[in-house]
Amino acid sequence: MSDLIAGVLFIGVIAYALFGGADYGAGFWDLTAGGAARGRPVRELINVSISPVWEANHTWLIFCFVTIWTAFPQAFTAMTTTLYIPLGLAALGIVARGSGFAFRHALARGRGEWISGVAFACSSVLTPFFFGTVAGGIASGRVPSAGHGDPLSSWVNPTSVLGGVLAVTVCAYLAAVFLTGQAQRRADPPLEKAFSHRAFGAGIVAGLVALVGVFVLHADSPRLFHQLSTVGAPLLVVSGLCGLAALLLLRRGSPPVVRTLAAIAITTVVAGWGVAQYPYLLGTHLTIQQAAAPTATLWVLILVSFVAVVLIAPSLLLLYSLQLRRKLG
Amino acid sequence: MVLSALPTAADPPQLLPAREQMAFTLGFHIILVPFGLAFTFMMLVCHYRALRRGDQQALVLAQRWSKVAAVLFAVGAVSGTVLTFELGLLWPGLMGKYGPAFGFPFAVEGLFFFLEAIFVAIYIYGWQRLPPWPHFFTGVVVTLAGVGGTASVIAANSWMNQPAGIAVRNGRVVGVIPSQVFFNGAFWWEMVHMLLAAYIVAGFMVAGVYAWGLLKGRRDHYHRLGFAVPFTVAAIAMPLQFLVGDTIARQVYDREPAKFSAVELLPTTGDHVPETLGGIFVDGRVRYGIQLPDVASILAGFTPSTKIKGFDAIPAAVRPTDSVVSIVHLAFDVMVATASLLLLLALWFAWQWWRRRAVPTNRWFLRSSAVSGLVALVSLESGWVVTEVGRQPWTVVGLLLTENAVATQGNLWPLFSTVLVIYACVAVGALYVLRTLRRRWSEEGAEAAVVPYGPRAAPATNGHTFGGDDA
Repeated sequence: MSDLIAGVLFIGVIAYALFGGADYGAGFWDLTAGGAARGRPVRELINVSISPVWEANHTWLIFCFVTIWTAFPQAFTAMTTTLYIPLGLAALGIVARGSGFAFRHALARGRGEWISGVAFACSSVLTPFFFGTVAGGIASGRVPSAGHGDPLSSWVNPTSVLGGVLAVTVCAYLAAVFLTGQAQRRADPPLEKAFSHRAFGAGIVAGLVALVGVFVLHADSPRLFHQLSTVGAPLLVVSGLCGLAALLLLRRGSPPVVRTLAAIAITTVVAGWGVAQYPYLLGTHLTIQQAAAPTATLWVLILVSFVAVVLIAPSLLLLYSLQLRRKLG
Repeated sequence: MVLSALPTAADPPQLLPAREQMAFTLGFHIILVPFGLAFTFMMLVCHYRALRRGDQQALVLAQRWSKVAAVLFAVGAVSGTVLTFELGLLWPGLMGKYGPAFGFPFAVEGLFFFLEAIFVAIYIYGWQRLPPWPHFFTGVVVTLAGVGGTASVIAANSWMNQPAGIAVRNGRVVGVIPSQVFFNGAFWWEMVHMLLAAYIVAGFMVAGVYAWGLLKGRRDHYHRLGFAVPFTVAAIAMPLQFLVGDTIARQVYDREPAKFSAVELLPTTGDHVPETLGGIFVDGRVRYGIQLPDVASILAGFTPSTKIKGFDAIPAAVRPTDSVVSIVHLAFDVMVATASLLLLLALWFAWQWWRRRAVPTNRWFLRSSAVSGLVALVSLESGWVVTEVGRQPWTVVGLLLTENAVATQGNLWPLFSTVLVIYACVAVGALYVLRTLRRRWSEEGAEAAVVPYGPRAAPATNGHTFGGDDA
């Protein structure tokens, strides 16, 4: 039962990595698009691509939070009392990002548009970095069961920095792949080319970071390294292959296929983390079962997940299909 | 549990910044709630009218309002996300211990919020290319999801006031009866109270904008409709809110005596209790204020001999401090006073409408209406202060003291100051955006605006359109 809920939680984490990640990555390309005039086509593509979907994309984060604090309250407070600095910074980043994006969208060209655009773009890079450091702190077992771990070394450490950098590059890769498809749909070859270059660049950088990560994890988190190289290995291999295939098919393959391959690449990486950590929620000191809430509460969460599958999944499909068919905007 | 006779002396160092930050961010978020919840309803009223009667002006209103809603919904979504973080960062003692009970209503809320976020996007961005009626019904989903979301959040909040449905052993929640947690004793009335408050605040706020336009001599159909729809909604909700509020007050008297004695500013238990208007509590005594003999007893139990519990009935260790009592009492007075003014305004409107069947053009009526939104906001904020401060020193009444719920890690002041700065920027930004939109629309006028579902405007040159009036 508690394993089931942990699985549901991880599905939420994966969904946030995919949908939220593509959103954050779009912000990365917004930041690096260049001056107001040169970057305009890129920023307009980003605007129309994510405006209708970004709020739904970020609801996955809320889903993860409520699931963890309801099902595993002890683990939740252990994290918040240890990793409060990166979590606090991520929360502020989310405010700056969401408001900046909404304001920019509503404003006409000018200084107000520029300021809100900068707020959106900068926080789009910082926020996933902080989430990555949080993931690194948890994965490397730096969050004690009782909480109140070291407020600095819990997220300023090799694994966390790796997590942060990997999060930013993976988000950028994912967004570039998605935006290449969007440009293709809008029959805009120059933008399509520009984003496919970006996707290549980001994909290669993400690959390199992952390679460096092998050594970092070997030195800094032996247990995680061991688990990833044994039970997690098949997932990581699939991830690498799909990521590569997506890059090779980027401009030749059909966008849905390329999108799916990129999504599988991310899903398997995050799932690899989950598998490597099982059956522990925190390090090797708090198991999923130990941290679980009473059964009645877990049943409520099962019910909520069931309703989500029945009600939210078709609604999300409706939203994304309307968006892809350019019915929104 | 560490109990102290003088809670202020032994307060954990993080208590002050944590409480101030929570109060500030919640107080900020609660302003946006009415717009996500009730503003969409008013939008749909106009939308419905447009579709049924072919009223193009109503369609322009609905479409413009949806743009305002888009901006405010975004700010509400991110400020709501911050609250999610804060529950863990500021109140680990609450989440760690009572997460299995207090936490799951938020999971239910998550579902509703998901629906709301999905359909609000479809509605806002669907003006150009969705068929009219299906488009309208995506908005209906938003309104219904808003009600569900409010119910879920209130379920969590009301559980803190009247906790139920849990079994605690060795300081750990070992059993949960979800239905008793969600539908706790305070749930239903508190939920209806908040729902009506949202419709009242959004109604008066939006009507105020158009009252301003009417005052400036813009008496066209567009402005009259923009005033009448939200004002009518608020005016209908207002008397209902009095009935609900009155019932809640008696329920608080019955089930949350400590909160009631703070509201009534009552040091000693007794009957023939006077109603004190204004006044504060200093050194265990009521200072200043006007006392109406027997009124509090009559309101609580319909007879002057009704006995009301005072602070002497609360164990000294968990008695609220003088300043808490004064804040709760004054907030209650402000809430009732502002609500009474709004009720008078609603009655004025009803009288005029009954006599003339038209939006009143009396300048004093319009002036009052123009500020009624701010008055309603004050009422909402003070009502929220009564609920939250009135529960002190408890976070979960009888189970968890706030000083035991609060974070002990690090130093919260830097976080709080950063939050203040960023929220100030967001508030300024939001007001600036709203002002920009208003200017753009007033230059454009209502007649010239491009209406959706109509003949398409000339294709936009920049490759995309955000909606009719951007083109």
